[in-house]
Amino acid sequence: MKFIDEYRNREAALRYAQRIAKITTRPWTIMEVCGGQTHAIVRFGIDELLPPGLTLVHGPGCPVCVTPVELIDKALAIASLPGVIFCSFGDMLRVPGSRGDLFSVKAQGADVRIVYSPLDAVRLAQQYPDREVVFFAVGFETTAPANALAVLEAHRRGLKNFSMLVAHVLVPPAMEAILQSPNNRVQGFLAAGHVCTVMGYREYEPIAKKYRVPIVVTGFEPLDLLQGLYMCIRQLEAGRFEVENQYTRSVRRQGNLTAQQHIREVFEVVPRKWRGIGELPQSGLGLRAPYRAYDAEQKFGVAPLAAQEASECIAGEVLQGAKKPTACPAFGTRCTPEHPLGAPMVSSEGACAAYYRYRRFTPSYVSGL
Amino acid sequence: MSDAFSLECPLPLQQYPHVLLAHGGGGRLMQQLIDTFTTAFANAELHRRHDGAVLTLADARLAFTTDAFVVHPLFFPGGDIGKLAVFGTVNDLAMCGARALYLSVSFILEEGLPMETLWRVVQSMQAAAQEAHVQIVTGDTKVVDRGKGDGLFVSTSGIGIIEHNQHFGPEAVRPGDAILLSGDIGRHGIAIMAVREGLAFETEIASDCALLSTPVLQLLEAGIEVHCLRDLTRGGLAAALIEIAQTAKLCFQLEETAIPVRPEVQSACELLGLDPLYVANEGRFVAFVPETEAARALDVLRKVPVSAGACLIGHVTTDDPNGLVTLHTAIGTQRILDLLSGEQLPRIC
Repeated sequence: MKFIDEYRNREAALRYAQRIAKITTRPWTIMEVCGGQTHAIVRFGIDELLPPGLTLVHGPGCPVCVTPVELIDKALAIASLPGVIFCSFGDMLRVPGSRGDLFSVKAQGADVRIVYSPLDAVRLAQQYPDREVVFFAVGFETTAPANALAVLEAHRRGLKNFSMLVAHVLVPPAMEAILQSPNNRVQGFLAAGHVCTVMGYREYEPIAKKYRVPIVVTGFEPLDLLQGLYMCIRQLEAGRFEVENQYTRSVRRQGNLTAQQHIREVFEVVPRKWRGIGELPQSGLGLRAPYRAYDAEQKFGVAPLAAQEASECIAGEVLQGAKKPTACPAFGTRCTPEHPLGAPMVSSEGACAAYYRYRRFTPSYVSGL
Repeated sequence: MSDAFSLECPLPLQQYPHVLLAHGGGGRLMQQLIDTFTTAFANAELHRRHDGAVLTLADARLAFTTDAFVVHPLFFPGGDIGKLAVFGTVNDLAMCGARALYLSVSFILEEGLPMETLWRVVQSMQAAAQEAHVQIVTGDTKVVDRGKGDGLFVSTSGIGIIEHNQHFGPEAVRPGDAILLSGDIGRHGIAIMAVREGLAFETEIASDCALLSTPVLQLLEAGIEVHCLRDLTRGGLAAALIEIAQTAKLCFQLEETAIPVRPEVQSACELLGLDPLYVANEGRFVAFVPETEAARALDVLRKVPVSAGACLIGHVTTDDPNGLVTLHTAIGTQRILDLLSGEQLPRIC
């Protein structure tokens, strides 16, 4: 397939792996921010190609993993209301709240539907004027423009029966939280290519400077990741800490200005709680005053619910890159994708689920290079 | 910002007290459900976990299988529920090495279903039965209240005769066996998803829904030693191979670049964040044969139109209690294929 196969070329990947090995003189710890990158690294076995001293840690960039449990509980409560059609992207359905998941409330009669675009939910609202259609607006800056468009479209069509449960989070505050953590061991970042396609990378420049860490905006194919790592290590070895762009075929420094304008029109920056990390100031998006009528939390008045924690789960440390999923005593035993103790075991982008799917066993005949 | 993170996580969902859609998704949850059935109905034939049962009655070796069909929409590019119901059961018999003879059919009809729709399904079943040289010799019909069925559900059972002396199934697979695949994968699942969800792609993707008895019977007639056959349905190529590996307690090594996926299917999968190895098929099967028979088997398969794209995708390597399937990726690394929990879910971004 054109524009995919080129980035999965074996010879080129091996050449890059050799170049990485050649310039790496010390052990380094690099975090890939985005769950899509984590998934690709484990799916393609990219870590098998890296020199032994190089450690990849998996970042908080999985929207499924960082959506706080209280918000999942609110989603379950709203979805269970009579007359509601609750729309969500597929992988949110298995995320456990404190009392079940969306799959379970669906099995008990709630009208929960998987959609592929927030505009599908707007169309449903038009199609069923007597029902309340709620869209679960989850994700980072990547999904925010489409969600903003959905609100604008509902507004344009004068739909009163459409609303959003907003759980939007932003990448830079999470990176800063990790860098400020006393047990931080991340020395360089691969920034999320798709987030930067929307937002550009100007906002990462002060972070690189303040914390003296190299940040390389990186794509999602094997060659992207290898090149991103190469660029990051080259900076680390030279003592540089700049923002560089590996994903030039998609990302411009200023990002997509039209998309940013839509985000600003509909959303404002608000504090948000992150599952496994806690509340971070200025770390999420909420609906602006003129669009509050589309805020499902206000519309349905769901009370804040206190959620209990599974003490065994080390999701917080995994999401910050302090520990690998396999360091968790519950990994693969008491915590599996069927019975997750924490969200990283749920989504295909979650680090624990990626390890479970691809790394649970190490067959004796499987070797690296 | 505080120095310490407030770690938190939800209470675990230890088990589902209700049946979920994911229990029918061809993954681990479905396997759990099937385990409860095989425990309750325990017998030697059921424990072989093959596509159908092989029974000896008087002097005849017969294969017996049953299947239920609940596809939505009822008609889709490349097929319909009636064609699926006939071919699905005939294919399961073929995977036992049997020539299908007789089918039964049960219809569960929803009040309000247009007669014209039912008639189209019945005609399609008749045409499919003719193509498969089987007779539909018995049946049953029930009607349920409006809203209690999705238009039309079909269940078919079939009996076939085994006219050779080979005994195959997961237990006959041996280290060193070649793993053959009858053609490109993933078309049925993507075709259904495209019509169901109104996803428009540049080219229409048609289901691969097809009869598999001809290539199987040709393999057997050519005298090729067959160790196991399995048609690929829900859960795709990956689920079929993982189930065989786990039953046989063997490791399989696959070559990613040897597994054919059409560009339009690959594109749709990339777009939706799906892995074609786990996408459903309705006209593809895998065959385990001794390495020495592989070339001849491929020659036979490639002469039949439905398996013209047959290819060698990997080998059985060693014994292993976990029954692992590993994939040698396009970039030369190793990846484990594992059963998904339920169906693949499209990713957020």
